[in-house]
Amino acid sequence: MKSKGAITPLDRQHSYVGRNLSRDKAKRAVNGRGRYTDDITLPRTVHAAFVRSPYAHAMITDIDVDIAKAEEGVVLVMTGAELKELCTGPWVGTLSVFPTMKTAPQYPMAVDRACWQGEPVVMVVANSRAAAEDAAELVSITYKELPVVAHKETALEKNSNLVHPDLKDNLAYEKVIDTGDVGEAFAGADHVVEATFDFGRHTAVSLEPRAILASFEKDTEELTIYTSSQTPHMFQAIIARTLGLPEHKCRVVAPFVGGSFGLKIHSFGDEFAATAASLKLGRPVKFIADRLESFLTDIHARENTVTGKMAVSSQGKIEALEIDILSGVGAYSQYPRTSVFEANQILNITGGPYKHQNYKARMRVAYMNKVPTSQYRAVGHPIGNSVGEALVDLAAEKIGMDPVEIRRRNIMEDNSYPRTTASGIEVADMSHQKCLETLVERMKYDDLVQERNSLRAEGIFRGIGIAAFIKGTAPGPAGYYGAGGAPIASQDAATVKIEPSGNIICAVGVTDQGQGVDTVMQQITAGAVGVLPEMVRVIEGDTDATPYGGGTYASRATAIGGEATYQAALALRAELLRLAGALLQREPETLDIIDGNVVDLGTENIRMPLAEIGRIGHFQVAELPNDIQPQLSHTKRFRLNDALYIFTNGIHGAYVEVDCDTGFITLLKQWVVEDCGRVINPILADEQVRGGSVQGIGGALYEHCIYDDQAQLLNGSLIDYLVPMASEMPDIDVAHVQTHTGVSELGSKGVGESGTGASPAVVMNAVNDAISPFEAKVTVQPMTPDVLLKALNRI
Amino acid sequence: MKAAKFKYIRPSSLDEAINLLSDFGEEARILAGGQSLLPTLNMRLSQPKVLIDINRLDELQGISHEGKHIRIGALTRHVDIAESDLITENIPLISEAIEYVAHVAVRNRGTFGGSVALADPAAEMPACTLALQGTLVVEGPNGRRQIRADDFFHDLYETARAPEEILVEVQLPIRRSGESFAFMELSRRKGDYAMAGLACKATFQDNRFLSVRLVYFGTELKPTLGENVMSQLEGREWSETLAEKVIASLEDDLDPVDNLQGSAAMKLHLQKVLTKRTLAEVVQRLGNV
Repeated sequence: MKSKGAITPLDRQHSYVGRNLSRDKAKRAVNGRGRYTDDITLPRTVHAAFVRSPYAHAMITDIDVDIAKAEEGVVLVMTGAELKELCTGPWVGTLSVFPTMKTAPQYPMAVDRACWQGEPVVMVVANSRAAAEDAAELVSITYKELPVVAHKETALEKNSNLVHPDLKDNLAYEKVIDTGDVGEAFAGADHVVEATFDFGRHTAVSLEPRAILASFEKDTEELTIYTSSQTPHMFQAIIARTLGLPEHKCRVVAPFVGGSFGLKIHSFGDEFAATAASLKLGRPVKFIADRLESFLTDIHARENTVTGKMAVSSQGKIEALEIDILSGVGAYSQYPRTSVFEANQILNITGGPYKHQNYKARMRVAYMNKVPTSQYRAVGHPIGNSVGEALVDLAAEKIGMDPVEIRRRNIMEDNSYPRTTASGIEVADMSHQKCLETLVERMKYDDLVQERNSLRAEGIFRGIGIAAFIKGTAPGPAGYYGAGGAPIASQDAATVKIEPSGNIICAVGVTDQGQGVDTVMQQITAGAVGVLPEMVRVIEGDTDATPYGGGTYASRATAIGGEATYQAALALRAELLRLAGALLQREPETLDIIDGNVVDLGTENIRMPLAEIGRIGHFQVAELPNDIQPQLSHTKRFRLNDALYIFTNGIHGAYVEVDCDTGFITLLKQWVVEDCGRVINPILADEQVRGGSVQGIGGALYEHCIYDDQAQLLNGSLIDYLVPMASEMPDIDVAHVQTHTGVSELGSKGVGESGTGASPAVVMNAVNDAISPFEAKVTVQPMTPDVLLKALNRI
Repeated sequence: MKAAKFKYIRPSSLDEAINLLSDFGEEARILAGGQSLLPTLNMRLSQPKVLIDINRLDELQGISHEGKHIRIGALTRHVDIAESDLITENIPLISEAIEYVAHVAVRNRGTFGGSVALADPAAEMPACTLALQGTLVVEGPNGRRQIRADDFFHDLYETARAPEEILVEVQLPIRRSGESFAFMELSRRKGDYAMAGLACKATFQDNRFLSVRLVYFGTELKPTLGENVMSQLEGREWSETLAEKVIASLEDDLDPVDNLQGSAAMKLHLQKVLTKRTLAEVVQRLGNV
């Protein structure tokens, strides 16, 4: 490991790391020439549509598919029971790191019993999607309705209806952590503040919905799948295991992927059904979720109620924190990543920026007859940060201290790492103090406070919010997935090779969904080898063409995949210098590679282009001494060791105005200062933070999957489910503090979720500041006008 | 999300379209801009047997000045209303409200006639047509007839237009001196359907309300006149006190429905807020005329 601050190839003038390269794919996407899964048409393709349970809980007593089968254009009708026969066994969405967790086994389509509205029951495959939908309407299913579990608040009561009678109750998992002496700390505290917070369900709403095109060749028994996935290798492993195919004969390609946000790392029954149909038919089968299906069947997230209290001294020292989490999930624990992560992350990170040593947290996860929930951008963090940061503000208010000042007194010091948080998480290489002071400066905090105060006197109610955060990124093998037993790689790999032309191919296991992962790898490769960026082409999203890796999730692409790429590129660079040395009869240490040419170190006099090494290395190998075998491609892997995550940190600021007569919130400005370690591409990092912040604002103000008492989703369209739109979004000022992580040479941490993780917290704090003259408090998200007006006692 | 099968017919004259409507009756739907119809077809919320595409009917096009009113052909796109000088100069209420109609892409295709004929309770153009006391001209097998806006909107998506009739144009009276207009709506995001909205036309004499038209939308099953509030304002001079007094009677005019956007109580509250703000605005604008 090199010491921090040492000059690496990336820090050289010619490195291209730290520069604003534009994404090659962006132009293509903007011109409408991106090739998404639905744009790919194979000969003889047929299309799947699904009959889905209209009930949240019902026995399936009879299915009559005869009329549907006879419809023109229909090639296959398959029930859940028939699909079950093609599966090696059910999915069981548990991980061994959650030892007492329980879930019911699950098949890709409902067998005998449907447990959530939208669960697939029958698949119809026909010559066109329209024909499949026509025939699907002709499938006749008789249901016997069963009692529904619709509310997490009553799901754990003794006499509650049961989602799965075999499980005896609806409790998926319960966990308690208790560090220090919370009881004593609260008993002896100068002040205690408490509140209960409620967070509504929402979902990812990727621009491109879930999509799959599965093509099985019966003659060779080879399966090729094109799918909108973040994790092609995981998909390969699970499809092979579920349908009993040899892994090496399953190729999974993720072409253009139009947004994902954690949605596209899970196993969805309809996608497996479509694949099974291809196996059965020997024809390509396409399934594209429409928007209604997306709302009904994509994983949901965030439905949690958290009660929290904080003990604080009169001098503003946070003494203790206690939270109780009730998490409402779906009918099954989502395979393979489970549905208990959200609550577990809330438990892990709430109060994470602060130095208190007394922390108690309980989480209970309750099954309901709703679509399963699972990992979605910034898992648990928007909730944990909202709770923790709201409690800090309540504490500040109680003792009459400025919200910035109380944070200044309690955040972990920048020179105090490595250390352990009260929840037991090891953190390192953080910069809370630097981030806070940077934020105060960029916000012009004192001026803003003055402006707010003087406008308040005019009846204009503006509020300032502050929210510090920590964020787990790039999970390691000791944690949930590696040790947990699921076929999810926490390591990742890159192959970097030189072509005869002297250009470089970089194939990576991490994947791009539009955020620019490929551009980042291109820059790292160019910087490390010493070539122009346009000399590098990045290949990702194809299990046939890339080394095995986990793909992109949990803000890991740059932190894990980037380091693997860096190491592979360094290995190739060393080999190129060795070959150049042999050809030039020079010591490799006296040479360098700049912009695609081997040069003399220091003087930068060009000695030979890399194309010359490419040519000789591939074709005129005899020009090399006999004892040299050119190694023109290098694969390197990178994994974390003991760390659960590479934790990052940062802080948000927000300025809002509340119309107290209408309950409408106007977002005036937001600031984010975050520390993702080394920034490879500033514009892409900024836009990750901005887009992520907007997604957080979506949850804070707009997005909500609304269910009735029978667990029927009431808003399954973009008319009723509100996503944040540009007109309402504030300007978001982004700054990066770059404390390199010590676990890699590259030094990058994750950046993709730092916006989402604390944006709801900062907006809620700002809203509560704005309405503070009315002694009103909002603790419900989304903060709709209805919520505001009730808090303000106007209705 | 593929529409069920339907027959598609594109008549080339109004007569032909009316004959088709007579032939197919309730089984047919008129396709104009398609901005409301096509989503309902694709979600299979509606499965008509026949679509009659009237987009080639030149008789239904255009905006023109005709005597004391402006004629808006039923097929006029929202974008053309927004860009029309005739509308800007003569029907300021429409000109103000058109910006609230959905988004650019919808305004490019959606038609004025389609919006009024559909009578979505949260839509802007039906409310404005009622506020302005416009006249709707429909044509059917028995010829043309005129329907006053006051008589047109019956209930949720129900209007005085008979199934075999086509809305051909809307006539809106040209503004006169002493008139002032204001339009306000609350929607969570720009371009969304209104949670609450109010279109107002007021006539003044000696700073007193001579007559007021207040049309509420987004909270009722149809665009709804605030008759109690209107009658209490007439003959009075504007003041904050008057506003406080009259909005109490809004409860007699409105009976909002709960929906996903919020409770009936919230909607009534929002309409009260809008009433105060809209009246203050309409008075201020008169002073600025």
